[in-house]
Amino acid sequence: MSILINIHIAQEHDMLALGARLGGCVASASGKPCTVIFLHGELGAGKTTLVRGFLGGMGYHGKVKSPTYTLVEPYQFGARQVYHFDLYRLTDPQELEYIGLRDFLENAAIFLVEWPERGAGHLPPPDLDIYIDYANAARQVSFAPHTIIGVEIVAQLNTA
Amino acid sequence: MRVIGIETSCDETGIAIYDGQRRLLAHVLHSQVALHAEYGGVVPELASRDHVRKVLPLLRQVMAQADTRAADIQGVAYTAGPGLVGALLVGAAIGRSLAWAWGVPAVAIHHMEGHLLAPLLEENPPDFPFVALLVSGGHTQLVRVDGVGRYHILGESLDDAAGEAFDKTAKLLGLGYPGGPALARLAARGNPQRFHFPRPMTNRPGLDFSFSGLKTQAVNSVKQHQDDQARADIAYAFQEAVVDTLAIKCQRALRETGLQRLVVSGGVSANTLLRERLRDMTHELGAQVYYPRLEFCTDNGAMIAYAGYQRLRAGQSEPLAFFAVPRWSMNDLAPP
Repeated sequence: MSILINIHIAQEHDMLALGARLGGCVASASGKPCTVIFLHGELGAGKTTLVRGFLGGMGYHGKVKSPTYTLVEPYQFGARQVYHFDLYRLTDPQELEYIGLRDFLENAAIFLVEWPERGAGHLPPPDLDIYIDYANAARQVSFAPHTIIGVEIVAQLNTA
Repeated sequence: MRVIGIETSCDETGIAIYDGQRRLLAHVLHSQVALHAEYGGVVPELASRDHVRKVLPLLRQVMAQADTRAADIQGVAYTAGPGLVGALLVGAAIGRSLAWAWGVPAVAIHHMEGHLLAPLLEENPPDFPFVALLVSGGHTQLVRVDGVGRYHILGESLDDAAGEAFDKTAKLLGLGYPGGPALARLAARGNPQRFHFPRPMTNRPGLDFSFSGLKTQAVNSVKQHQDDQARADIAYAFQEAVVDTLAIKCQRALRETGLQRLVVSGGVSANTLLRERLRDMTHELGAQVYYPRLEFCTDNGAMIAYAGYQRLRAGQSEPLAFFAVPRWSMNDLAPP
């Protein structure tokens, strides 16, 4: 599945808008039990900002706290759960067992995972990888889908 | 009345015993235990979130330290939220079960209520009402506290907590993670004139915070200025911006509520510049500032035992079913 699209983001507002579009695409594309999206990017790249836009796109307008400290923040949309994970503080992927990752995976939910490399070997494979790279003060966002769901999300994003 | 408090909402396993007459009898955190002895050689980092195996050894230790037998315990308090659901359930299940086995009441405590009441464990506690600033790696909140269970959130961070912004900026400056205190040391040799960072959300009314943008500003500055002195100068500008923002909002909270007492808790409250700034600001307003001792600024069992004591003493207790609430607003709490 080697579709890869790039989007140029000039400022925070554009990242929120992209997140909102993505949220809409994921909500309509994901029919299977879980949708797993990995978010890659350095500190300050805008991963949590993208998630804030994503949740806004799904209709959530409350605070979107960084989950760095709590490791995961849950959001409920009717019957639908979104889990915003941030694995920055993990010292070993095995700690995901102690925070009960497997219990979370039993839910039909959307998983947005920041710093997934810190959970390597203990996370389910992603439907979609999103890379946020610095382009001076702006950002370059790339999407790499790995499953049918991932491809569907990216295809919708291209037309949305 | 003698109460055991159990805290397992996030990283720390903390247990304490509070007695109405003799006050705090003992408190322990998992890091104080000989981990290797208790765990048969498991690497401590790996066990850091493994509350299940830590609670009972800690419980035995704290009871021994407090010279307390099961028959002396008249109530059990446990943190029921907010936090990681799996971690919370460990404390809730063990706390509720112990209370049932011992035939005493149990009470579920809001983690942040513990932090708000922690200064009351000190020798010269503030009287109600007061304004509390909770500022740590996980929280940045201003709360009006009128009494036990009478809380009103005045403002809070819309994104990163102040301590998180400190730790992440420290990482960007090559100081490791978490490096908030190291950043403060680096800032001491910074040039005040070189960089100026904004004070987020201070130029409009309201008491909410936002620190994520400062982190991004630090990233941009680090990328543009690679020299060693620039790191100290960025640390200086960053710390000034965070501390100034916190002080401005505290001042605003005291003015808006008309209250004269400010309680400051959380790991960031150890920051020297913040303490200086708050001392000057409260002095100008004729107000008083209070800090719990440092070990009670971070997560601990003592604050849960104390909050539990207050609620149990007032007659509150839980049915046999227990619960954990990962997302729980303090505005939903009621007096006992």
